[in-house]
Amino acid sequence: MSVLVRIPTPLQKLAGDKAELNVEATTLQQVIDQLASQNDEFKARLLDDSGQLRRFVNVYVNEEDVRFLQKLDTPLKDGDEVSIVPAIAGGR
Amino acid sequence: MLCSEVLSKRGFWRQRGRNGKYFYGGACQPPLGRKEHALTSSAILETSATASNGHHAVKHSSRLLGLKCKECGAKYEIAPKHVCELCFGPLEVAYDYEAIAAQTSREKIARGPYSMWRYQDFLPVEGTPQVNLEAGFTPLLKCDNLAKRLGIRDLYIKNDTANPTWSFKDRVVSTALSRAKEFGFTTAACASTGNLANSVAAHAARAGMDCYVFIPADLEAGKVMNSLVYNPHVVAVEGNYDQVNRLCAEVADRVNRNAEGIHENHWAFVNVNLRPFYSEGSKTLAYEVAEQLGWKAPDHVVIPIASGSMLTKIYKGFNEWMDLGLIDRKVVKISGAQADGCSPVAQAFREKQEFVAPVRPNTIAKSLAIGNPADGIYAKDIAEKTGGSIDSVSDEEIIEGIKLLAECEGVFTETAGGVTIANLKKMAESGRIKPDEVTVAYITGIGLKTQEALTGHVGEPMLIRPNLASFEAAWGRKI
Repeated sequence: MSVLVRIPTPLQKLAGDKAELNVEATTLQQVIDQLASQNDEFKARLLDDSGQLRRFVNVYVNEEDVRFLQKLDTPLKDGDEVSIVPAIAGGR
Repeated sequence: MLCSEVLSKRGFWRQRGRNGKYFYGGACQPPLGRKEHALTSSAILETSATASNGHHAVKHSSRLLGLKCKECGAKYEIAPKHVCELCFGPLEVAYDYEAIAAQTSREKIARGPYSMWRYQDFLPVEGTPQVNLEAGFTPLLKCDNLAKRLGIRDLYIKNDTANPTWSFKDRVVSTALSRAKEFGFTTAACASTGNLANSVAAHAARAGMDCYVFIPADLEAGKVMNSLVYNPHVVAVEGNYDQVNRLCAEVADRVNRNAEGIHENHWAFVNVNLRPFYSEGSKTLAYEVAEQLGWKAPDHVVIPIASGSMLTKIYKGFNEWMDLGLIDRKVVKISGAQADGCSPVAQAFREKQEFVAPVRPNTIAKSLAIGNPADGIYAKDIAEKTGGSIDSVSDEEIIEGIKLLAECEGVFTETAGGVTIANLKKMAESGRIKPDEVTVAYITGIGLKTQEALTGHVGEPMLIRPNLASFEAAWGRKI
């Protein structure tokens, strides 16, 4: 299963300055494992000590926040798009 | 630091870490005991984002130390960036308060312009503000009628509907875009629930900047028109605010890179890449209240919460002035107001959670409809440690809140203000606001932009012919 992963600026240095990567994975956890296989810094940046997504890291699969799906266990299929986005603010 | 430093060909400082790898970015001295940072204990100093840009030198102020991560404490130089490269935590402007103390005083402030810029010593803009519609210095109204209705005695409304585009957003936008000009940005942009788009569009017009505002497609007509009139590019996104926000984060990433992938300053998304500067503008809501109360802090404030940013900055503003001796030290109770249909921070407060679980918003208070509030956890912590509270109210209570403020005090607020007043009422009735506390409720936007919410909830005009008989018939009396 090949999925497209969008890498935000703060992480692009870990991805060879690439804004997008194609990764073979069937779950979000596998995406992170694959990224970590390219650069082990990825895990430290994205996951906390308990192995969960850091609270300021938002991940979307096809525009849906994975916290409304199955978090790291969210299943992926061929052609899915995974976006990693830092938490940002607006409004009051 | 355990590493050597070299300047890379791309203009970034790089440093070799313990594991032999190079890291790029900001200087960091992470706190001890944080396992996840062990690998990067010798991080990286990015000289400034403009170093790679080349054509905009960043001015340095003795007041501004740099940017600092609110989570891990990593430090960065002043640059248009908002996220810690190590932990993704939000960055905040760090000041040299000794330098500020040396140059500010009550007298100097009182001699300043009648706008938010009288507080420039505390804002991250270094030269003369270049993007300025004279926001701020709005009325602080003593509200005896409303206080009586609520059974309290010393109530004020900070009426921020009296801003150039009729919301508090003019404060944060003037700050962000003035700073953006100093960085050399040419385009102003934002993700917005309406008020921010209005303010960015107006300020961009005045500053001669190109402008793109991204809004949810279902916004109130008044908020859309109040952007369109300034002739920006209005992008209506078929999604909720959180989806607009995510999209803007991705757009901001792309439009500020050149063909070689090198960062350049083109689009200033005020609440994305300019966020550390933008959010500081809300501190002026604390300074003004303190000055208008006769250089003293109130006992209790009630603040609407969407992302939670404004609440954290009002808290910061009061504390900065206490630290500098401009006002006497006291604990100001900080309370937050949300709508039931989008109350993730209130829920975290009620359940004493250490995280804010995102929700899908469904409320008439669209300007507060942020289901994934980035500063929510900080807002919750502040309410807890100051003895305040965070609660939520129904859409019906919001409408009653709008009407209550209008009928008692002659101020027409938008739905977010209805949220604030309804929560104020709830807190007063439950005793969480003490009758003798000097209480300030922040009214941050005008009702003319959200008229749809009141349809069917206010009276109808008496329609008559232009003669006395018709008036008498409609009035039900003889003159």
